[in-house]
Amino acid sequence: MIEEKRIVLRNADLIDPEKIEDYLQAGGYQGLEKARSMSRPDLIAEIKKSNLRGRGGAAFNCGLKWSFVPADAPVSYVVCNFDEGEPGTYKDRIIVQKDPQSLLEGMAICGHAVNSKKGYIYCRGEYPYVVDLLNRAIDQARNKGVLGDFDIEVRMGGGAYVCGEETALIESIEGHRGEPRFKPPFPGVAGLWAQPTVVNNVETFANLPSIVINGAEWFAAIGAPNYPGTKVLTLTGDVANRVSIEVPTTATLREVIYDFGGGIKDGKRFKAVQVGGTSGGFIPESLLDTPIDFDSMRGIGATLGTGAVFVMDETRDIVDITTRIAKFFEHESCGKCNPCREGTFRAHEIMKKVNQGRASVQDIENLTILSQVMEKACLCGLGQAAPAPILTTLKHFYPEYQARLQLN
Amino acid sequence: MSTIQDIVLAFRDKPGGIIEAYHAVQKEYNYLPEETITVAASTFGVSEAQAYGVATFYSYLSVEKRGKYIIRMCESAPCHVAGAEALIKAFEAALGIVAGETTADGKFTLELTECVGQCQATPVITINNVPYVNMSPEQVPAVLALCQ
Repeated sequence: MIEEKRIVLRNADLIDPEKIEDYLQAGGYQGLEKARSMSRPDLIAEIKKSNLRGRGGAAFNCGLKWSFVPADAPVSYVVCNFDEGEPGTYKDRIIVQKDPQSLLEGMAICGHAVNSKKGYIYCRGEYPYVVDLLNRAIDQARNKGVLGDFDIEVRMGGGAYVCGEETALIESIEGHRGEPRFKPPFPGVAGLWAQPTVVNNVETFANLPSIVINGAEWFAAIGAPNYPGTKVLTLTGDVANRVSIEVPTTATLREVIYDFGGGIKDGKRFKAVQVGGTSGGFIPESLLDTPIDFDSMRGIGATLGTGAVFVMDETRDIVDITTRIAKFFEHESCGKCNPCREGTFRAHEIMKKVNQGRASVQDIENLTILSQVMEKACLCGLGQAAPAPILTTLKHFYPEYQARLQLN
Repeated sequence: MSTIQDIVLAFRDKPGGIIEAYHAVQKEYNYLPEETITVAASTFGVSEAQAYGVATFYSYLSVEKRGKYIIRMCESAPCHVAGAEALIKAFEAALGIVAGETTADGKFTLELTECVGQCQATPVITINNVPYVNMSPEQVPAVLALCQ
């Protein structure tokens, strides 16, 4: 049986998250000290070599992202994306609630690499109690002087899912409606207040102290070679144990669901799992031996995404759940681009028709074409990913659709 | 209670601080009275239309008057399969309003929401941002009784 491997949660339940002294005693801020003894190019090269890839969903090489910030930029920003809005996801909350200093240290390491003096944590509005915890943690770090001349400020979001998209998040910090920007320019060149900006997820930052201390090779040897390290997963739905775990990225979905989740609750049978949040693909039993790493999941038309693992038992109605998800995207579309604004509305409309038994084969064809258009034409990841649950359920669970169709 | 003017002005020097100012007003008033928009517009140097546009973009901000207790019920997929719909109906029946409304005595507002990040114990509601997990329709009267 595969075992948990804790890197970002290494201090969880072992230290008091309210006490920086505990964190320091556990070796905290030694990574930052070591990072500051390195030259900026060396530090970026080391992170690049570790092949740490973003833990927010897009899995971009972290060091490579940092290298886009011009070395001579007079002002630059470090932004932490703590807007985890993917339904079924609460891993960043767990990481911060168990060990907030780890995040602050990770951000300060990034700050050194890109010569930034200011970091922002954009925390979702659903977590005001975590904002308070973070502010206390920042105060303690300031008083101890561990952050040096790097300062961190927390900004609270307002319950907009689209703000998880990095340019929408930047717009929101600037005090605007959270609508994504056209790219390029990418944030590394012109981000917050048009200055070079690195945006990384909580889990990505929390990996950094250990990588700096133990070295790139140590990290690169853990888990899958193309997506090394661990992933924090949150299990929800019809698993016996709805827990959060941190496992090497070589773990398979079956191991996650059966070894850690304890299998399906109430002795029922497995039907489907949706990984990566509500924008992830649905996966049938036949693909459960796929490892969770980003590329393997991509290979089966799914996504690792945020690491949410939403399990459905044999009694669940796939069409009804997909209809509910279509409603989510209609609600959360920001309205800036037409393919998403209109597309999510129409997709929900057709899904409702299917769910109520009023749809025809032609509706399914239209839904498929609409989904394909949205994947290509939507401005940001929200609209591009919105059709994934529809397309994957059509692919793997078509009989459930078929049973609802009108024969005309 | 601080005046809206005082609350908003405290954020004057914070770059992009309009959303922070809105959060602060809402913390005291439970919603954004109309004056908030005009004060924020002049404080942050944007038009009233832009200030209103920001206030109405975010689902956590409300320009409509709301009750003392704001009950938000998650209806995202993990809560949906755990029985969110029955829970919503139970709250609607107990309060005599439908989602989106406020009780006549101004005590409760019922809102639907998407994921609140407590999916380890679904279905979930929040009352004034405090999560209540593993909810069932039977628990509704007891939870409402906590709001005094």
